Amino acid sequence: MSTTRQFCTFSLDGLFFGVDVLNVQEVILYQEMTRVPLASAVVRGLINLRGQIVTAIDLRRRLGLKDRGSEVLPMNVVVRTGDGAVSLLVDEIGDVLGMSDECYEAPPETLTGTARQMVTGVYKLKDKLMLVLDTERAVDLQNPVQHRASAKIP
Amino acid sequence: MNKDIQKQLIEDLIVESMEGLERFDRELLALEKHEGGAETTNTIFRVIHTIKGTAGCLGLGRIEKTAHAGENLLSLVRDGNVFVNGALISGLLALSDTLRGMLRTLEQSGAEQDSDQAELLARLEALQNQESTPPPPVKPAFGLFDDDPLPEVEPVTAAAPAEASAPVSPPVPEPAPVPLPQAAAAPTVRSVLAATPVPAPAANTRPAAPGPIAPESETKTSVADTAIRVDVAQLDKLMNLVGELVLARNQIVSNTQQFDPAALLTAAQRLNIITTELQEKVMKTRMQPIGNVWARFPRIVRDVSNDLGKRVRLIMEGQSTELDRTIIEAIKDPLTHIIRNSIDHGIESPERRHAAGKPGEGLLSLRAYHEGGQVNIEIMDDGAGINIDRIKAKAVEKNLITQDGAGLLTEREALNLIFLPGFSTAEKITNVSGRGVGMDVVRTNIEKIGGSVDLHTEVDQGTTIKIRIPLTLAIIPALIVTSGGDRYAIPQVSLLELVRLEGAQARRGIEQLCGTPVHRLRGQLLPLAFLNCEFGVGDAPDMSSASDDLVVNIVVLQADGRQFGLVVDEINDTEEIVVKPLGKQLKGIACFAGATIMGDGKVALILDVLGLAQHANVVVETRDRAPLNETERSNSTARDARQTLLLFSVGDDRRMAIPLSMAARLEEFPRSRIERSGGLNVVQYRGQILPLVDVAQHLEPGMSPSEADPVQVVVCTEQGRSAGLVVRSINDIVEETLSVQRQGGSRGVLGSAVIQNRVTDLLDVRSMMRSVDPTFEESAA
Repeated sequence: MSTTRQFCTFSLDGLFFGVDVLNVQEVILYQEMTRVPLASAVVRGLINLRGQIVTAIDLRRRLGLKDRGSEVLPMNVVVRTGDGAVSLLVDEIGDVLGMSDECYEAPPETLTGTARQMVTGVYKLKDKLMLVLDTERAVDLQNPVQHRASAKIP
Repeated sequence: MNKDIQKQLIEDLIVESMEGLERFDRELLALEKHEGGAETTNTIFRVIHTIKGTAGCLGLGRIEKTAHAGENLLSLVRDGNVFVNGALISGLLALSDTLRGMLRTLEQSGAEQDSDQAELLARLEALQNQESTPPPPVKPAFGLFDDDPLPEVEPVTAAAPAEASAPVSPPVPEPAPVPLPQAAAAPTVRSVLAATPVPAPAANTRPAAPGPIAPESETKTSVADTAIRVDVAQLDKLMNLVGELVLARNQIVSNTQQFDPAALLTAAQRLNIITTELQEKVMKTRMQPIGNVWARFPRIVRDVSNDLGKRVRLIMEGQSTELDRTIIEAIKDPLTHIIRNSIDHGIESPERRHAAGKPGEGLLSLRAYHEGGQVNIEIMDDGAGINIDRIKAKAVEKNLITQDGAGLLTEREALNLIFLPGFSTAEKITNVSGRGVGMDVVRTNIEKIGGSVDLHTEVDQGTTIKIRIPLTLAIIPALIVTSGGDRYAIPQVSLLELVRLEGAQARRGIEQLCGTPVHRLRGQLLPLAFLNCEFGVGDAPDMSSASDDLVVNIVVLQADGRQFGLVVDEINDTEEIVVKPLGKQLKGIACFAGATIMGDGKVALILDVLGLAQHANVVVETRDRAPLNETERSNSTARDARQTLLLFSVGDDRRMAIPLSMAARLEEFPRSRIERSGGLNVVQYRGQILPLVDVAQHLEPGMSPSEADPVQVVVCTEQGRSAGLVVRSINDIVEETLSVQRQGGSRGVLGSAVIQNRVTDLLDVRSMMRSVDPTFEESAA
């Protein structure tokens, strides 16, 4: 008997990602943002989420992917983290998918770079792969990711 | 008995008793000074009687017994059988300390702990027999930051068992029945509001104080600290407003089904009014008079001065000045510390004071007042003042600065050394102060709540410490500016003034000093930072451009006692903003204090002025804006007469001044807006009719009225009434020691003084207000 986990999926530069639905607070359309000078380039700005101020992190930049064209407005995936809500900017939102453990596999050793730190596993779908994103790590800008590139993630 | 009920009752007892004991201390000190009559004695008696009664009901035998011993003594005092003297007061204060200690133990452990009160009981009994022995050498000892001098509650192990169990209750008849204390209770309800847990600022800074170590009570906030009293009427008003809020919501919700723009507009307006009012009322519930904190100071002053063999008179002014609860909590410890410092370092011993030709009794004065949306607290002593050379020498000795560095320091910088960690000039370490863990903690705590500390001293004249703190933390007034297309909020606290330079003025106004831009502000160099460049969000205004529409907006800010100018693209308006924290990802940026949501729903960042100044590297030494010349300095015997004045000129270059606190706003009206009403010139101003008085004409009725357009107006507000003073031009704002040289004299003038080397008349604003509003009360002046 295999257990299934549900993932909120989205795409980024042709890649297909999923985050555990339990970590997702809501998904909203593009919001106007206030840029934060002097902040890391990963932080795209601040959005007003019903009176709460939420930091928006550009996942493309966070994962070291190339910037999206200015004609595409990103979507906000608002995730709950230990430090309150944080919005992840993604290209497109997909469905909520239930995944069974059978198609799970740890990320290949050959996967390196920034992505290696945040991708905790891969689900093999019929036509594509879904990368599991660790939201806590994705929003934690304190840890210099590059320095831990060789660390193994269980 | 039900455990929960018992627990609730004990909590009530603690809250009630702590309040009672505070009153007890206060009244005792009044009694010592022979102020207040029989009522004072009765109040003191009642407090102890209530504690005894309640403790007895709850089966708290030890507290009951201790209070009982005190009650016996007090009944003799009340009946005039025992006379009031220092020993009696000290004994009774020791009683209140002991009771406080027992209550605290009770609160922490939930039960009475064995502790030995035999010594106290014996002392109280001895006092009943009025033996003419000097008071036993039981003096409360202090830690630097201990909230209360702790009683000598000895650990159980130290108590001789035989003594502890010995019956000590003195053979005194039961006291006469007293009026029921409950009947005297004020018509207030104690609502245990879940006050925001105050991060006890002392907790992390509390030095390891020797002497009786405080039980680790501060780890948990005491119930007495988390409860406040709120007027029932206040609560009723709140409830009414909430009711209206619900109605407004219903209207809006029902409107979403059948859309009716007109109804929605009305509902939105109602919602706006209700919310504003609700905000005000809730804030008001959180507001407490500063006197609540000050209530403990007479006691502290008495204890510390007795300890040090000094005589100090404490004057408190402005106790009713209100502040947010969190701020009251936060300033408690810094204030206590400053007071102890003033008595220890500031005020000299009676002998030295006599030698210096001062009265033997030192003067310590506390003053609180509102100014510009902030609360100022001044702690003033007439002691020895601070010797700058000694500070420098001490700082060199302690390796805080180098010998060469000391020579370069200005007076103000040297004074600021005492705020460095590890600094103390005390020659001997007393148990009051001198361990060098003081003023830096004071400053850190004050700055943590967005306040500032300023020190002013004169050798042999005394020291004044001025603390400026915001009224509240959650909602602050701020100036909104735009730079690079984004809006930023600058807390009003750090704002000094706004300077606008246009065209040629702008090109000349900004000069380069080895690549550093500066502006000459009234002859003083003001370093500049361009917000656009600092944030990399746009270009600095092009100074070389020949066009006449070049505009430079400089926001003059103050950080850490230093000034700098921030050049922004646009200055929008002042607004009350709600401070919201930033996420962890942005915590590292020192330039931002938080963010807020503007009226249009967009987010704006709040600038942290100190962080920004450090980022831009622009903090320089503040010079006194208007340095006093030497003759004036020697004339100014009244040290405390420093006032902030608004300078303006009227008529043919006549210079005049009024206290800045009287000026509500400075406005400019086009002449076309002036209307006539009841023989007066008036303008419509903020929904009201504002009468205008031409100052030149008022002073010299023959003068022809000024024809300038637009009209420069100083809006003055007194006793809720406003009037506009028409002047020729607004000149400056200065902080000055006023030495009024010529009293009275001509009409409408209080006197004249030399300010900035020019003769300046002080305008009698109240007489001016009366001329437009005869009902204006003179008595209030």
